[in-house]
Amino acid sequence: MAQANRSIEIGTGLFVLLGFAALGFLTTQLPGSGLQIQRATQTYAVVAKFDDIGGLKVGAPVAMSGVRVGQVTAVVYDTAAYKAAVTLTIERQYDHIPDDSDAAIETSGLLGANFVAITPGGSDTFLHGGSELQFTQSAIVLENLVNKLFANFAGNKDSTGNKDSSGSKDSSGSKDASGSKGASDDKKGSGKTSK
Amino acid sequence: MIENDAVVNVRGVHYAIGAHAIFKGLNMHVRRGSITAVMGPSGTGKTTLLRLIMGQIVAQRGHVTVFGKEVAALERRELYKLRQRIGLLFQNGALLTDLSVFENVAFPLREHTDLPEPVLRELVLMKLQTVGLRGAADLMPAELSGGMARRVALARAIVMDPEMLIYDEPFVGLDPISKGVIVRLIQSLNRLLGTTSIVVSHDVREISAIADHSYLLAEGKVMAEGSPAELCKGQTESVHQFMSGTPDGPVPFHYPAPDYFEQLLARSDA
Amino acid sequence: MALEVVAKVGAVALFLLRVLGQCIPALVRPQLIIRQIYNAGARSLVIIMLSGLFVGMVLGLQGYQLLQRFGSESALGMAAALGLIKELGPVLTALLFAGRAGTSLCSEIGLMGATDQLAAMEMMAVDPVRHVVAPRFLGGLIAVPLLAAIFSCVGLYGAQLVGVTMMRIEPGTFWSQMQSAVGLRDVHEGLIKSVVFGAACSLLAVYEGFHAEPTAEGVGLATTRTVVTSAVLVLLLDYMLTAAFL
Repeated sequence: MAQANRSIEIGTGLFVLLGFAALGFLTTQLPGSGLQIQRATQTYAVVAKFDDIGGLKVGAPVAMSGVRVGQVTAVVYDTAAYKAAVTLTIERQYDHIPDDSDAAIETSGLLGANFVAITPGGSDTFLHGGSELQFTQSAIVLENLVNKLFANFAGNKDSTGNKDSSGSKDSSGSKDASGSKGASDDKKGSGKTSK
Repeated sequence: MIENDAVVNVRGVHYAIGAHAIFKGLNMHVRRGSITAVMGPSGTGKTTLLRLIMGQIVAQRGHVTVFGKEVAALERRELYKLRQRIGLLFQNGALLTDLSVFENVAFPLREHTDLPEPVLRELVLMKLQTVGLRGAADLMPAELSGGMARRVALARAIVMDPEMLIYDEPFVGLDPISKGVIVRLIQSLNRLLGTTSIVVSHDVREISAIADHSYLLAEGKVMAEGSPAELCKGQTESVHQFMSGTPDGPVPFHYPAPDYFEQLLARSDA
Repeated sequence: MALEVVAKVGAVALFLLRVLGQCIPALVRPQLIIRQIYNAGARSLVIIMLSGLFVGMVLGLQGYQLLQRFGSESALGMAAALGLIKELGPVLTALLFAGRAGTSLCSEIGLMGATDQLAAMEMMAVDPVRHVVAPRFLGGLIAVPLLAAIFSCVGLYGAQLVGVTMMRIEPGTFWSQMQSAVGLRDVHEGLIKSVVFGAACSLLAVYEGFHAEPTAEGVGLATTRTVVTSAVLVLLLDYMLTAAFL
């Protein structure tokens, strides 16, 4: 009788362990941004300030050339600068990012989640913990684009064309959207031709 | 009959299941230290009586008192305490099939006491010795014959040293030797331990050998009572028919049916 | 007829309360619970793993066929994972459990009732709900979520077997698409479902067994009822939970 009990206990133990292993696999290995078993990666944090972060969330990836190099770890409103201050935590192995790089909030796919894309600049000095990325580009907010479109139509009709009327948000501290990232700008053809 | 020496007192009990009345004013009592037999034809509710005594069911009218306590009024915990003072032997033994003989007998001890293992082991073996099955301690219920299973059940019923033992049809389906064994056990448990015993049975011969007082139930009431000898003398025809086992009498041989010849002829016509 | 259903729902609910009330006292005898986890879980492993494998493989095949039409074969991993974790794992495990372990639970208890063992326990002042029913309920409740997780994992393996090995999808694509699409929330939803289903199936099995007619025929009928009612209840709960999670 004791022997039968013993083998039952062992069998049950094995079963429970197997079940928990399966659960563990499902919860840690599977989800993309789930319980990552932190392989204690060294990181450093930098800040980037945006006029509009759109739908950017904490935990969103930070990518360079499409490769994930870190993630967004904090989003706060900077009352002094009247902008959103986003903390980007970058893996230490990527420590050769020029400090004049550009940080833009992009969308993965047409209607996907927001993430931060860093385009390297040409400086010889690199980002380190606590640096701030000077050049930022806010998220493309769909409503603004639509407004621009309407404004364009109105502007074309008038031919006095106040084409930049809705561009005021992007003014301070950011490059003109024209030559660089505005991929969706081009698609919309809101006629932000460079002057 | 001193009634306040009664371990079990049944007064004016009416019990019915739906429209079918089982007891219509039942009065009986069981004296302390006696072997009381409850007899009657099949279906008179002998098992129902046991369930009333154990508090499994509640009578619609009347009182059932056990050890001076009104059974129907007890709440669950009290009822459980009461039941620990009574040992019940089921008709088919009702051993727990996934436990060995030893574990079956040890079951009440494990559940209700905190006895250390060596003491428990001794107690169990002693009880098994009483019923003559100490050597079978490691067998499983499936390996036992009917008589042996019943004896193990008896060992289990006495393991807590109850003040009263109830036997539900203990002789049914046993060979003569096994019957003799059970008879002897009932007697010795009663004599040696002073345990009040209620035996429900319709084995007239076996019961008559050991009972101090017998009740004959029929039609929901006590039809006759007294010592076995008194009952055998047969006060009424019904009692006489039952005690002597005559096939035809007040309880007829033929189930009610239309006229014999009419039915035969009717069929051959068609 | 409708009144019968209402009455039964009430009876089952009351019984659930009674069983839950006895679950803590039942913890006094952990060996009983362990044994029941073994009966419900470990002995169902083979059927769960086999079924999981085949379901995963079918999912792989069908998914591939379907996605191929849209040129999205690479999404196979994602489709299989979400389908298994959120729906197929919990539901199919529960149904298989009801068939294999539920019937066994029901007939065990029913047989104990028919042979007076439950009544004997009552007469020995041992609550049969505490000693027999609660451990079996707990055993099922613990076993089913674990079985569902195993089912999903084995299913993923099966899907991968078909997708990567047979259909030659890039393993990297298969897994990374899956990882980006599956969130912790999805896993939690599947887990909650399997816990609820486990409770439902176990409860029905022990209820039917406990209240079965104490005859061979009665136990047989109760066992059949267990499977049928469990299946319907699981599917109903599935709809409700899926809707609730949205």
